[in-house]
Amino acid sequence: MFAYYPIYRGYFRTSLMLMFQYRIAMLIWLLGGIIEPLMYLVIWRTVSLQQGGSVGSYSTNDFVVYFIAMMMVSHGTFTWIMWEYVYRIRMGQFSVMLLKPIHPIHSDIADNIGYKFLTLTVMGPTVLLLAWFFDASWQPAFWTLAAFVPVLILAFLMRFYWEWSLAMVAFWTLRIDAMNQAYIVVTLFFSGKLAPLTLFPEIVQRAADLLPFRWMLYFPVEVLLGRVTPRDLLIGLGAQLFWLLAGYLVMQLIYRAGIKRYAAFGA
Amino acid sequence: MEQNPVIHIDRLTKVYTVNERDAGLIAAMRSLVKRKTRDVNAVDAISFSVAEGEIVGFLGPNGAGKTTTLKMLSGLLHPTGGRATVLGYRPWERNRDYLRRMTLVMGQRNQLLWDIPVVDTFELHRAVYRIPEAQYRPAVEELTELLELESLLQKPTRNLSLGERMKCEIATALLHRPSVLFLDEPTIGLDVTMQRRIRRFITDYNQRTGATVLLTSHYMADVEALCKRVIVIHHGKLLYDGELTGLADRVAPFKTVEVKLQNGLNDRPLAQYGELIAQSEGRITLRIPKDDTASVTGRLLAELDVADLTVQDPPIEDVIEHVFSQSPDPSVAPDSQHANGD
Repeated sequence: MFAYYPIYRGYFRTSLMLMFQYRIAMLIWLLGGIIEPLMYLVIWRTVSLQQGGSVGSYSTNDFVVYFIAMMMVSHGTFTWIMWEYVYRIRMGQFSVMLLKPIHPIHSDIADNIGYKFLTLTVMGPTVLLLAWFFDASWQPAFWTLAAFVPVLILAFLMRFYWEWSLAMVAFWTLRIDAMNQAYIVVTLFFSGKLAPLTLFPEIVQRAADLLPFRWMLYFPVEVLLGRVTPRDLLIGLGAQLFWLLAGYLVMQLIYRAGIKRYAAFGA
Repeated sequence: MEQNPVIHIDRLTKVYTVNERDAGLIAAMRSLVKRKTRDVNAVDAISFSVAEGEIVGFLGPNGAGKTTTLKMLSGLLHPTGGRATVLGYRPWERNRDYLRRMTLVMGQRNQLLWDIPVVDTFELHRAVYRIPEAQYRPAVEELTELLELESLLQKPTRNLSLGERMKCEIATALLHRPSVLFLDEPTIGLDVTMQRRIRRFITDYNQRTGATVLLTSHYMADVEALCKRVIVIHHGKLLYDGELTGLADRVAPFKTVEVKLQNGLNDRPLAQYGELIAQSEGRITLRIPKDDTASVTGRLLAELDVADLTVQDPPIEDVIEHVFSQSPDPSVAPDSQHANGD
């Protein structure tokens, strides 16, 4: 573990330098991450106000707080690897990565974390501004707030491994746009991005329990908002650990097969 | 040294399966149901060994299988058959200790990060390869001096010229002091001065560190300056493995005779002396079988009014071209004496 420390430091340093180069592109990405949840926030707030101040178990304030929390969790866990992989295979950049004496996933993780830290400088004030503007009120319990940290880290890692695995489909076909799009739609429904999962029909909720997506986004949001019981928390942590382990194994498996395939058709 | 080759490959083979289909819409639809494929032998059971500290030129026309071989040796490709070990490792297992001890430089691939200064790529390389500070500083200084990088290190890669970039590319690839170097066209696209500098650098590096070098190049000047030994492959097969000087004797046993005549050519029948390959005012160039050199020059001097006559070995370019213009001929294939360590 400690052996990786200087390598990660090197990656952070480089990725920060690169990001300073691409300030504008970075801001546009960031804007996307802010606008999407903000859009849902505004829509659901309007619906709630028109329905007399609540939809299902969610009050207008609950919606506001929910989508602001979703913005933070989404920002904390999102990756762009599924778009990048195709490019790196097509341009031969992957060969350069393969020659290095380290698994290529490490530079991606470091890149991602570097981006998150840098953009926190914009994300933080944005969240505060939105909370003030929509007059959000939020009273978390101390223990859920403490639990949020490991929950978010697990969510980040499991999402990273799964999306990194999915990105490797690029070893078999370079036309992965359709697949990416399908993934986004499925995530939108089952992760709680579109609406709190409890507002969905029972069957969608049960399906969401069995899929990884809710544990990537919805669950950390609920923990942050203090909408979980200790039992929920334990179940959620268990599910996260399970999906993280599964994601890790799937990643290893696909990576091995992918490398063989890459090596077979010519690097 | 002779007993323990650094690179040892034995009947190494790479077959690519490529999709094929005829032109046209119907063929495109048919290929949805049934794919036609064809096997291409990119590397066909080649064997050779390279001893520690050797610089070997790896020659062949485009598509001969050179790059495929280098990719197998650097762990990017899995072979279809045969064996290979480099420094005792099987390259395609991509053992990290192996990756730390070798380097592959390819003309078009870059390790340099496009948007940041070269020195920052160096820093990243240092972290990834875990180069200790005590080794890193002298390595940077040495490479900076040998490749004259002083003014380039602070510039972002995108602001460098092709030649400057190549120098920095090579420097990056050598920061961790690899003991095996695979260089694929390290001088491609560079001007003559830059080519010469890189050549001199490779020799220096080889002498200082005792590194083993396998390099491909289209520039014969590179090969002549760097490699005593060459390995020639064509259509994936090994055609020749031995001393560069022996290559000409082996595959193109000719001499080139240039004759300057005092009174011009006057339509004299020159073909009787040898193959006429060039002719200009009062000056002819003939290609003569090596064994006939003495008798033909004797006749030329006796029968024509010669002002000047020179006999030369054919340029290595011509020799190579001669090799490649012929289909693989088992009779000229491998000079096994040099395949040491078997």
